Amino acid sequence: MFKNIGEILVLFWQTLLVLPQWWRQRRKIFDQLSFIGVTSLFMVCVLSLFIGGVLALQTGPVLVERGVSSVLGGMIGLSMCKELAPVMIAILVAGRIGSAMSAEIGSMKVYEEIDALRTMNIDPVRYLVMPRMVAIAISLPILVLFSIPVGWFGGAVVCNFNMKIAVGFDSYFDNLRDVVGPSDVFNGLFKSFIFALAIGIISCHQGLITRGGPRGIGRSVTKAVVNSIVLILILDYFLTRFLIYFQK
Amino acid sequence: MTASPETQSVAVEVRDLRKSFGKVEVLKGLSFKVGRGERFVIMGPSGSGKSVLLKQIIGLMKPDAGEILIEGESAQNPAVQAKYRMAMVFQSAALLTSLTVGENVGLYLTEHQAKSPAEIDATVARALETVGLKGLQDRAPSDLSGGMQKRVAIARALVIEPQLVLFDEPTSELDPLMAVTIGEEILRLNERTGSTSIIVTHDRELAFATGHHIAMIHDGRILFLGTPQEVQRHPDPIIQKFITAELAPPRPH
Repeated sequence: MFKNIGEILVLFWQTLLVLPQWWRQRRKIFDQLSFIGVTSLFMVCVLSLFIGGVLALQTGPVLVERGVSSVLGGMIGLSMCKELAPVMIAILVAGRIGSAMSAEIGSMKVYEEIDALRTMNIDPVRYLVMPRMVAIAISLPILVLFSIPVGWFGGAVVCNFNMKIAVGFDSYFDNLRDVVGPSDVFNGLFKSFIFALAIGIISCHQGLITRGGPRGIGRSVTKAVVNSIVLILILDYFLTRFLIYFQK
Repeated sequence: MTASPETQSVAVEVRDLRKSFGKVEVLKGLSFKVGRGERFVIMGPSGSGKSVLLKQIIGLMKPDAGEILIEGESAQNPAVQAKYRMAMVFQSAALLTSLTVGENVGLYLTEHQAKSPAEIDATVARALETVGLKGLQDRAPSDLSGGMQKRVAIARALVIEPQLVLFDEPTSELDPLMAVTIGEEILRLNERTGSTSIIVTHDRELAFATGHHIAMIHDGRILFLGTPQEVQRHPDPIIQKFITAELAPPRPH
């Protein structure tokens, strides 16, 4: 495990070293941006709509019962932008994009394509890892930026139309505007940026250390997704602690 | 692509090379020299460490002991790897499946910004024409047969204008006609660029037709090194068994 952590840190450092050459890889970065961002957007919106809705459905009746239904907008607003949108979308991206990254790079490793790159003095970190890292670090925060308002809207719809809650749109969004500020949205974006780096580097590293045939690729994909999700949840705690301290 | 042989080729020297995987010692002290512009063939049974040797020469793998010298400089030094233009044609062709045939062939030039896009297109077209695949730039590697993929891999090596080319089982999995075509491509590449070629193969016909010298590897050591004629005449039973082995047809009842 410590060997893997060390390798991941070294790979991250190597990626940072080749980052200034991003312009030469712009076509690949653009392709990855399209793959990660555009193709995930619809799923992100559907997921966020229902997360907001479920959040309202679970907490709404309890808050109504205690006579504090007026805080629903703020509560759902904060939960979405500081916690649920960054974490849930990161998990979605880990499953959808992290798996694809590790499978593609793993397959290239197994079928000697990466060796072929090395024989041509083409650095696999510059050619394969850096474009993916840049693309995911840009895409994930943008996806979260879409997810947050869609989640708010999902919560608003349930609050408005569920008879047990019955909090109108005006009341919901007034409270949301009172409670949620730009720093809260930035909080979520910052988290998603760190999650993106974690997903990208773990997935690329798993791809690069793939051994064996198709079974090895399958193992790498599973490890990439599981390790990414575990790291997202662990990082979430420490980032939350850090951001709470920072916001003081 | 047509530079003179004197400026293209490099000499390679392998000294007491050793490599183990776990407790299994694959290379047990290999030593040989390959002259500038020479076609050097390495033959031997499966698992004798031939591909491992190639990967160490091109810097994909580090030896446990011994050294590999290119023009007298250690091949383990990344600066030396970068200094000399080397190419390897993999057994599997190892084309990048996410790129087109043309992008694969021009990859080295594109990534090293060695030429303008128009010049790269022209070079790629010439290289593909040379290997008999004119006009296939826009095809995906997966659309091609195994033999065509290997020819694309040779075209990819060609555009590098290599000083040293390594071929790993270039005719494996190919029909006899395609194997002959690949053999001819190896000879043409060597004659055109004057590059040094190291060819790892099981294919006896390819070895005898292309090699200036042949090294027979057995059990991690060089059993014999000589010209094709010397190898064919060598009395060692292991060598004779390897170069004369044939599947006898069953006797009719």
